[in-house]
Amino acid sequence: MFGKLGLDALPHDPITIGGVVGGTIALIGIAVAMTYFKKWKWLWQNWITSLDPKKIGIMYIIVAAVMLLRGLADAAMLRAQQAVFATGDGGPISPDLFQQVFSAHGTIMIFFVAMGVIFGLINLIVPLQIGSRDVAFPFLNSVSLWLFVAGMVLINVALGIGEFSAAGWLAYPPLSELQYSPGTGVDYWIWSLQIAGVGSLLSGVNFIATILKMRRKGMTLMKMPIFTWSVLCAMVLVVFAFPILTATLGMLSLDRTLGMHFFTSDMGGNPMMYINLIWAWGHPEVYILILPAFGIFSEIVPVFSRKRLFGYVSMVWALIAITVLSFTVWLHHFFTMGSGAKVNAFFGIMTMVIAIPTGVKVFNWIFTMFRGRVKFATPMLWFMGFVVTFTIGGLTGVLMAVPGIDFQVHNSLFLVAHFHNMIIGGVLFGVFAGFTYWFPKFTGFRLNERLGKYAFWLWLVGFLLAFMPLYALGFMGAVRRLDHYDPSMGWQGLFIVAGVGVLVILLGVGMQILQLIVSIVQRKKNMVTGDPWDGRTLEWSTPTPIPEYNYARLDTVTERDEFWEQKQAGTKDRRNVKYEDIDIPKNSGYGPFIAAAAFIVGFGVIWHIWWLALVGLVAVIVLIIMRTLKEDTETTLSAKTIASQEAKLWSKTI
Amino acid sequence: MRKIVKVILGFVAIAGIAGIAYVLLHNANMPVLNPQGEIADKQRQLIIFTVTLGMFVIIPVFVMLFTFAWKYREGNTKQKYTPNDGSNKLIEGLWWGIPILIIGVLSFVTWQSSHDLDPYKKLSSSVKPVKVQVVALQWRWLFIYPDEGIATINELRMPEKTPVNFELTADAPMNGFWIPSLGSQVYAMSGMTSQLSLMADSTGEYAGSSSNISGKGYAGMNFKAISMSSGDYNAWVKKTAETGKDLDWSKYSGEIAKPTENSPVSYYVVRDNDLFRKVIMKYMSEGESHTHEDMEDSAHSHSETEMH
Repeated sequence: MFGKLGLDALPHDPITIGGVVGGTIALIGIAVAMTYFKKWKWLWQNWITSLDPKKIGIMYIIVAAVMLLRGLADAAMLRAQQAVFATGDGGPISPDLFQQVFSAHGTIMIFFVAMGVIFGLINLIVPLQIGSRDVAFPFLNSVSLWLFVAGMVLINVALGIGEFSAAGWLAYPPLSELQYSPGTGVDYWIWSLQIAGVGSLLSGVNFIATILKMRRKGMTLMKMPIFTWSVLCAMVLVVFAFPILTATLGMLSLDRTLGMHFFTSDMGGNPMMYINLIWAWGHPEVYILILPAFGIFSEIVPVFSRKRLFGYVSMVWALIAITVLSFTVWLHHFFTMGSGAKVNAFFGIMTMVIAIPTGVKVFNWIFTMFRGRVKFATPMLWFMGFVVTFTIGGLTGVLMAVPGIDFQVHNSLFLVAHFHNMIIGGVLFGVFAGFTYWFPKFTGFRLNERLGKYAFWLWLVGFLLAFMPLYALGFMGAVRRLDHYDPSMGWQGLFIVAGVGVLVILLGVGMQILQLIVSIVQRKKNMVTGDPWDGRTLEWSTPTPIPEYNYARLDTVTERDEFWEQKQAGTKDRRNVKYEDIDIPKNSGYGPFIAAAAFIVGFGVIWHIWWLALVGLVAVIVLIIMRTLKEDTETTLSAKTIASQEAKLWSKTI
Repeated sequence: MRKIVKVILGFVAIAGIAGIAYVLLHNANMPVLNPQGEIADKQRQLIIFTVTLGMFVIIPVFVMLFTFAWKYREGNTKQKYTPNDGSNKLIEGLWWGIPILIIGVLSFVTWQSSHDLDPYKKLSSSVKPVKVQVVALQWRWLFIYPDEGIATINELRMPEKTPVNFELTADAPMNGFWIPSLGSQVYAMSGMTSQLSLMADSTGEYAGSSSNISGKGYAGMNFKAISMSSGDYNAWVKKTAETGKDLDWSKYSGEIAKPTENSPVSYYVVRDNDLFRKVIMKYMSEGESHTHEDMEDSAHSHSETEMH
């Protein structure tokens, strides 16, 4: 009846029990508060069922922020063990739990933090930036969000029911095969990624269609803001790369649940094929995360330098070059697998070639400041920090692209330092910059600048302390993922410095939380109009709060920095404008229901509760059919309503 | 006044960090930068060369970033302000050109060094190389010396100034075989062999480990690589051949291959000359077992065709 699920699936060790109890209490607390303040209906009607990309974007970011805390807690546990207890036979965290924790850390940070914030910002900004009223497929967008949430819930359920994968964030076989990982951990990993991955793929399709088909009249491709360009490139990568992930995870799952032999080391299976496939997805994935971060900086630097972006055309071609090249470098993740010299050299050189367009972008950003009037608001500080850390990471990346060097640093802490350099210094700093920059657009008030600057410095110093020692540790022969090591290796001092770095980063996060709270409390003091930074692109041309339909009128675009040029030409007269009726999608509960059913499928397969998986699958199909047959999915706002709403919004603004 | 305090604080912080770095690093044993073998030495040179080349980009980036940030700060209204400058073909050409040039040079070096440092390439020497068959187990290392008829667990002894030709496989999840002082790591995978050739410059003891996670005993998969004078080495081989415990297939499959954590060093006399091949064949199904020759072939051609 319940497959492999029994009482022994409950956690045994004190650390996990602590986590589960804490999490459960927090959830119960939130539920009680929601009930007490009678907010459930509000939550359902205004948020969960909403198809408005502005709200969907905010929900993505909230989920990702919570997951960032989980991922950080994991990181802190790992570093605490390595700094304090790991010499000799090991510390309070058993090897098996340690391996689960770093597997969860990597998986959560990439799939549920980085992907979450990136999709959040895309949802918030892209429709506005292209002057559109919505995305191409608003309902699909809601399905994407809730599949992402379902995957997130599943990965956290692993904490309390059963175990998580201990095979690393990419679960290389044969370690991840039944022979070596008989528990449910790897299955949790597979199904949470499988469900969230489908959501990402649907988002990819959705935003390609949105960007290509829903741009404002007159906005040719070469007049598109660079952030939108970067998203277009990233979404092309999503559409090409995520099917590979889905297929690879599908095959691993067949191995594990039906006893097949795609990737086993015996019976004709080939684990090397998995490693090729997972990186054929995995390398483009890195660029899916970093390209939008590049896009964010391309918006911020011109605005805060009060100058046009330098080398727009170069920037676009650099993005396109990176997009294409990112599919030609996957083998550099395993030069040590015994490919021949020619194969290794080819992939090494292709990897270095990516450094060229990336370098061009960095130079163009810097040159945008040249003869500008640079204002060092918090987003600009993140940019400066990004250039410093990202350039260091770029250099170490080029080092590892040389196969001869990679043989000496592969899988060492040097590698760990490198990719954190790119993902924290690149993606995360970019996201923080973008968050601070666009925050007032959606809330109507600015984030507290002083606390933001403190947070930046804490993050920067913490990052340097936490990761620079890892480069040295790599040279000292320390490999990644060690739950203990011999004290005679002389690594402990640097591990302690790295641990202190993590503490400083935690202070930085605390400062960001404080910043958010203080900014909300003092919001009256920091109220702004729809255009607080003297922006250049269309999203700043709407009033704040942004009406659900974004733009009442769809006037033709003529310039690259359309809004800037409009402002230069003088304010428009809003008194005698004509409005038209606007269709907007009705809210729908199908998205969350489909995702809930997908969650049931995943849970059923993980525990071999086949009837449950079947129920879930049927539910998914029936729900999709029901939604497809629904005809009454839109409602019309009359021109009159819009006119009065616009008048109200603009009177507030001016 | 506050500015001065900030500047002083900044300098104190930098000095503090430099001090800590010095204390932690000046005596640190950094095998990658302090190589004890031919391969590791070439790799160190390659690291230094690449970093130096990288400085041609890094230094201009840092200088321009901070100069422009300072010079064109909002408050400095004396500076020229050209809000509509958006492109300059010459300067952009420079951005594309310089990196292309640098990467061009580096690509050439990469092509050369990838061939030179190919782990499958046997090191040349006037001395007869030592052959070692490496089996990554759960969670220890078995080193078989086929020519000497002995084997060890978690200890690798070799004569100095002599090429050691490794053949690696695994009877476990994928592992990485790495002795940082000597250079180059390669993966060890079940059902197939990979190869590596290393040589120690002098006598000494070097740490070796697995670099790829292989299950719960992974962190304890360490071994010592001991480079000895050829006289000492020969004496050790002789002694081991006399005093080592017997190692045959039943001992291997019944005891050695069983999962063991933090295993101590032990010495064996190999009573089955086919042991290494049998470990590989464990992962070949019935239908494939007659293709031993094919397997040998594919192992040899591995370096050319990759991914067998």
